Amino acid sequence: MAKIIGGAATSHVPAIGAAIDLGKTESDYWKPMFDGYIPSKKWMSETNPDAIILVYNDHATAFSLELIPTFAIGVAEEFPPADEGWGPRKVPVVKGHSELAWHLAESLILDEFDMTMVNEMPVDHGLTVPLNLMCGEPDEWPCPVIPIAVNVVQYPPPTGKRCFELGRAIRHGVESFDQDLNVVIFGTGGMSHQLHGERAGLINRDFDTRFLDDLTADPQRLVQLPHIEYVREAGSEGIEMVMWLIMRGALSDDAKEVYRFYHIPASNTAVGNIIIED
Amino acid sequence: MTTAKEEFEDIPGTYLFNAERSKAGYHLNMFCMSLMKHENREAFRADEEAYLDSFPMTEDQRRTVLERDWLGMIKVGGNIYYTAKLGACDGKSFQYIAGKMSGVSEQEYADMMLGGGRSVENNRSKSDPGHVG
Repeated sequence: MAKIIGGAATSHVPAIGAAIDLGKTESDYWKPMFDGYIPSKKWMSETNPDAIILVYNDHATAFSLELIPTFAIGVAEEFPPADEGWGPRKVPVVKGHSELAWHLAESLILDEFDMTMVNEMPVDHGLTVPLNLMCGEPDEWPCPVIPIAVNVVQYPPPTGKRCFELGRAIRHGVESFDQDLNVVIFGTGGMSHQLHGERAGLINRDFDTRFLDDLTADPQRLVQLPHIEYVREAGSEGIEMVMWLIMRGALSDDAKEVYRFYHIPASNTAVGNIIIED
Repeated sequence: MTTAKEEFEDIPGTYLFNAERSKAGYHLNMFCMSLMKHENREAFRADEEAYLDSFPMTEDQRRTVLERDWLGMIKVGGNIYYTAKLGACDGKSFQYIAGKMSGVSEQEYADMMLGGGRSVENNRSKSDPGHVG
C-alpha cells in the first residue's frame, strides 16, 4: 500500500526561478532566502520519497481563458518545462507517475471530485520553482511528480474547505494504491502578495504567521476562511494559499510541524516554507 | 445589506478578476497570451496597430495597450498574469509594471518591498483614511 509520509508548502515566485537560472542565488538579495531552504532540501533527501504530488497553479501557460479547469491532474509520463515567453527554463523534464496518477484520477472522481485529466501539459514556474527550492538543481528530479493544477486566477477559486477535502480524498486515493510507495505532497503559492492595481506590493506578516501557525494548531480555522478574507488581508494573489490546504488535508489531524521559514521579499511576495510530517 | 461583490469592490486599489471582468477582458487577455510565441512578438513589435486589428478589443482596451497604461488595462478587464506577458515582451520587469500601477518608480517600488512591502493598515476598505487608489 502507498502512503503519504509528509507534506511541504512553499511559495513559487517566478523571480526565484530567474535568480537560479541567472546564477544569482549567492547575491545579497537572494542568499538569505535560499539559505532558508537548506533544511528543506536536507529533509527531502533524507525522506527520499518515491513520488511527489505537487499542487500548484498554472499562470496562463498551459491553460488560458480558453479553458479553465478548477482541478486538473497530470496523468502523462512526462511534462516539459514551459516557455513562459523567454524560452523554457533549463531544468530537467518533469517525469510523471502515470500509474499512480491515473489511479488517483479514478479514485478522486469516484470520491466525487470531478478532476480534469491532462496528458499534454507544459509546466511553468509554479511547479518547477518549488522543485528547485525543495530539491536543488539536480540533472534529474529525484522522483516522479504528479502535478495537480488548481485554478486560482479566475475568481472564484475553489474554497478552502473544498481544497482541504480534496486533500482528504487524495490521501484515500494514495492509500488504496497497491504498490508500496512513500509519497510526499507539496502545496505551493502564496504567501501574502498582491500583483495588480494601486495596492500592488501588499504584504501581511501577521496574517502569514497565523496561517503558518494554524496549519498545525487549528487547520479548521483556515478551512473556514472565506475568499474575501484572503483577498483583503493577504492580497488578491494571496488567495493561492488555498492550495496549501490541499496539502494539509492529505495529512493526518495530528501531523507535526518540523520546519518553517519566512522571508520578505522575493520580488513582490512574502516567501513561506513549512514542512509537516504525518 | 452588503453583497459579496460590494465587499470585494470595497477593497481599495484591487480589481478582482471576476466573471464580469473576465468577460469584458477576454480579447485583451488573449492578445497578451498570443505574445507567448516568438513569431507573434516579432509581428506585434513590427506593427502594433496592425497586429491588434486581429483581436476584437474595444477602443479603450486598444488605447491602454498602445499607451502601455498598465493600470488602465486592469480596469478594462486585463488580468495581471496576462498583461505581464506584454510587459515581458517589452523587456520590462514585473516591479516596473507594479510601480506604474501604483504610481511610483521601479526603484521606489523595489525599496518599498525591501522595507517589508505595502501595509494592509488603512488599505482594507475604501472608507479607510489615506488608502491607495
